[in-house]
Amino acid sequence: MDELRLDGNAAAGTLGEVFSFEVTTAEYACGGCGKAGTLGGAAVYEVRDLGIIVRCPGCDNALIRVAHNRGRYLVDLRGTKYLATG
Amino acid sequence: MGEGFFSRGFRGRRRNQDTALPPGQYLEDGFPVLSAGPTPRTPLEEWDFSVVGEVDEPKRWTWEEFRALPSEEITTDIHCVTKWSKLNTRWEGVSVDTLLEGVDTSAEYITAYCDGDYTTNLPLEEVTGGKAWVAYAYEGEPLEPEHGGPARLFVPHLYFWKSAKWVRGLQLIAHDIPGFWEGLGYHNFGDPWREQRYWGD
Repeated sequence: MDELRLDGNAAAGTLGEVFSFEVTTAEYACGGCGKAGTLGGAAVYEVRDLGIIVRCPGCDNALIRVAHNRGRYLVDLRGTKYLATG
Repeated sequence: MGEGFFSRGFRGRRRNQDTALPPGQYLEDGFPVLSAGPTPRTPLEEWDFSVVGEVDEPKRWTWEEFRALPSEEITTDIHCVTKWSKLNTRWEGVSVDTLLEGVDTSAEYITAYCDGDYTTNLPLEEVTGGKAWVAYAYEGEPLEPEHGGPARLFVPHLYFWKSAKWVRGLQLIAHDIPGFWEGLGYHNFGDPWREQRYWGD
C-alpha cells in the first residue's frame, strides 16, 4: 500500500467546499464543443420529478445530469471538461 | 346490515381501481410533456429509421418506406415513472416484429437511439412478440413533436421513459448497456406493475 495514499475522509473538507459552490457564477467548459460559460447562462430542462438536465447553449451537450432518486440525487458531470467554483 | 352492504360495495369499487392502475400511480387526464432536451425538428425528407448492430445486414427505411409498412392500431394504458397514468390511449405504429422481420441476430438486447442524445435499453424479448411499436400517430393525429413525433418507440407495458421520443433506430447488441435514465439511478427494466422505478427496486 502506498504510504501517501489516504482514505476518502481526507478529501472531505475540500470536496465539501467545492460542492457547496455558488452555482450561477460557476464556470464550465463543455465536454462536447469546448465552449466555456457560466452555469447561470446554460440551458436547463426540468423533467418533472425525474431530474434536471443542464445543457450547453452552444451544442446542446448535457453538461450536468441530475436525477431524483428517493430523496437522494444522482449527479453525472461527465459532460463538462471542468467546473471552476469559489 | 347496512354497514356490511356499504363496506362490501366500497371494497368492490376499490378493487376495480386497483387493477386499472399499477401501484403508486394516479390517473391523469392531460398528457404531460417530459423532455430532457430540446425538441428536435428533423424534416421528414431527412428522417430515416435503422436497425443496426449485431445483424447480418443493417436495415434502413426512409419516412415514405416506413409509412408503407403494415401498421397496427393499439389502444392501451401508459404509465410514467413520475406517477401519472393514462388509460385507453390510442396509437398507430409499426410493430417492432415487422421491423425485425428476416433479421438474423444473436443479440439479446437493444438500445433505442434518437434525435438528440437520448437512449434507452431493453431486452430484445421485451420489444418482440407484439409488445412494442414505432408509433407515428396518437388519437388519430400525427404524433406531435413535443410527444416524440414524427415517431417514438412505444413499449406500453414498461414505464414510459422506455418509449423513447424521436426514435431513429434500434441497435441490437449482445450485452445490455444502460440508457440515459437507466444509467442515472432509474431501474434497468422498469415494470410499472412491480413498481421498478429506481435501482434496487
